[in-house]
Amino acid sequence: MALETRVYQKERTIKFGKLLKASLSDMYHSRFLARQLAERDIKAMYRQSYLGILWAFIMPLTTAAVWIFLNSSGTIELSDTGIPYPVYAFSGTLIWSIIVASINSPMTSTQAAKGILTKINFPKEALLLSGIYKLLFDTSIKILILVVFVIIYGVGLQWGLLLFPVAILGAIIFGTTVGLFLTPLGLLYKDIGKIITFAMQFLMYVTPVVYAIPKTGIMKTIMTWNPITPILLTARDLVVGFTPEYLNYFLVVLAVCIPFLFLGLIIYRISIPIIVERLSA
Amino acid sequence: MSDKNEIVADDDVLVKVEGLSKKFCKDLKTSLWYGLKDLVSGVSGSSEDRLLRPKEFWAVKDISFELRRGECLGLIGHNGAGKSTLLKILNGLINPDAGKITIKGRVGALIELGAGFNPILSGRENIYNNGAILGFSRKEIDSKLAEIIAFAELEEFIDMPVQHYSSGMKVRLGFAVAAQMEPDVLIIDEVLAVGDLGFVLKCFKTIDTILPNTAIIFVSHSMPMISRICSQIILMEQGCAQFQGEDVSKAIDLYYNRFTSNDTNIVFDDGRLALKKIEFANATLLNEIPQILWGENMKLNLNFILTDINEVPVFNIILFDKEQRPVALLEQNTIRDNIEIKNNELNFSITVNNLQLSKGIYSINLSVAQRLGSPMLRINNVLTFQVLHEKEVWQPFLLKVRYE
Repeated sequence: MALETRVYQKERTIKFGKLLKASLSDMYHSRFLARQLAERDIKAMYRQSYLGILWAFIMPLTTAAVWIFLNSSGTIELSDTGIPYPVYAFSGTLIWSIIVASINSPMTSTQAAKGILTKINFPKEALLLSGIYKLLFDTSIKILILVVFVIIYGVGLQWGLLLFPVAILGAIIFGTTVGLFLTPLGLLYKDIGKIITFAMQFLMYVTPVVYAIPKTGIMKTIMTWNPITPILLTARDLVVGFTPEYLNYFLVVLAVCIPFLFLGLIIYRISIPIIVERLSA
Repeated sequence: MSDKNEIVADDDVLVKVEGLSKKFCKDLKTSLWYGLKDLVSGVSGSSEDRLLRPKEFWAVKDISFELRRGECLGLIGHNGAGKSTLLKILNGLINPDAGKITIKGRVGALIELGAGFNPILSGRENIYNNGAILGFSRKEIDSKLAEIIAFAELEEFIDMPVQHYSSGMKVRLGFAVAAQMEPDVLIIDEVLAVGDLGFVLKCFKTIDTILPNTAIIFVSHSMPMISRICSQIILMEQGCAQFQGEDVSKAIDLYYNRFTSNDTNIVFDDGRLALKKIEFANATLLNEIPQILWGENMKLNLNFILTDINEVPVFNIILFDKEQRPVALLEQNTIRDNIEIKNNELNFSITVNNLQLSKGIYSINLSVAQRLGSPMLRINNVLTFQVLHEKEVWQPFLLKVRYE
């Protein structure tokens, strides 16, 4: 009878490649656990709330509303966006909220499982996967609302819309990669979570979320180079039926993300026991 | 780091621990900072830091043992001795700082029951949550669901939110799910202490059935439980193994000796009666504890000074075992007994013939009352003594018998 053998020791004797393989295999085998955890959290959240899913898009909706008001009342003057401004603002804030949620997701899901992390040994990758499941659930509802919005404003429905989920998937991959790198540190120090919230507020203004990239100036340079810009713009262009202008940059960002995502998974796997030790000590 | 390899050799040693050590930090901020450093060295793969850094101490130091299928290792020691830390390392939750653990087979841990329960959701839904965390597949849970609910005896309440369960019900449900595991190595922490008697008995029945096919590591403060199921034992103190071996009873003695205090405690005193002296007439002293051989007579000499009392009061003497369970009451004196007050002093002795208390340390509580009820003096732990016998039993009495 062949028994599975585990060895625990201080020295890491396993190569990165093998770690990645173990990480991905654990993630694959913990699909049920991940789904169960996601289902548990979603059910529990909506069972104790009347507004339920509304909360997922109240934030982007109000941000958009503020900007729509600022624009229509003439308080601020924005350059032409090429589509009705409400569609521009709402699609921007909604896609932005998806990116922010995916950056936060690895950390919040791990943090929430602190209690069982220090007691039970289970594939930790399930936490990441359950975070992504929850994201996909929220996101799919957001996308549905966005599509309805677009139809109401009569912005042409194009075949490109079918590619929109792919762009959103790109946004989630980008956010998760960033989030994964911040997770080990963020679990040790609460500051990291605060910094993320803080930084994302500022980042929003150097990303074409509620206004377009200006024609000239330093803002143009920053916004053009900002790696979130191609993700946001590609997603928006697809949903309103434009030809994605930043498609190449988008693909480059994604291509860079994939190896970093894997590296993030490896770091996550290595860091969990070290963090658990500090949490439970 | 956990490393998984398939091995073919069927070696019976399921758990092998070699020179295991773990350090902890006393200060939170420093601890977090070391954590950050460990993250960096963990990723880069450096293997330094074997020594203690400032503000660190060894929570577990140089523990080694081997465990085969069918064996049970008991871990005892006072709070903070490092037992739970050792379990966490064995369970792969945290990495050791030195040494090595090799575990073969499925590892099950009864460290926390009902992990992953969400209070809002029903018991039935939470069976799936908990089961998933313990590594069951949906199919496995589906097929075991009825059995789990029956084991937990919660048929009636299974669709009620778990937040309305009593703590005992939650534990029962958690154990019912965990009992479905078929581990090769089972790690049990103090979880079984909660729950009512029926539940505890049920737990032990379950453990008894899986014991022959499993290597068990058991942490408990309940010595009867330890002596009931353990085949070897480690007594831990400040992270080190103070005693290790198969002599379970010796370790238990050592453990109890740590707690024997000679603190006499006067609980009640109305001032009319003072204890001048209480001692054994015939016992030898070892470490200042009187020793009595099992089966011999126990004779106590007592001397009281009385003020303003003409009538001989009633003496109530209760023997407690080391876990502070009362095990015996000595007969009260009656008027017919031949003891008298002389010069405001009371001198008498009490003899128990053929003392048949089992091996161990006992303490004596004394209370004195007037014949018509009202108490005069009460002293807890007035004297401690040890009964010697070669056989360790966890029942309080070892009775002399004759086989014919």
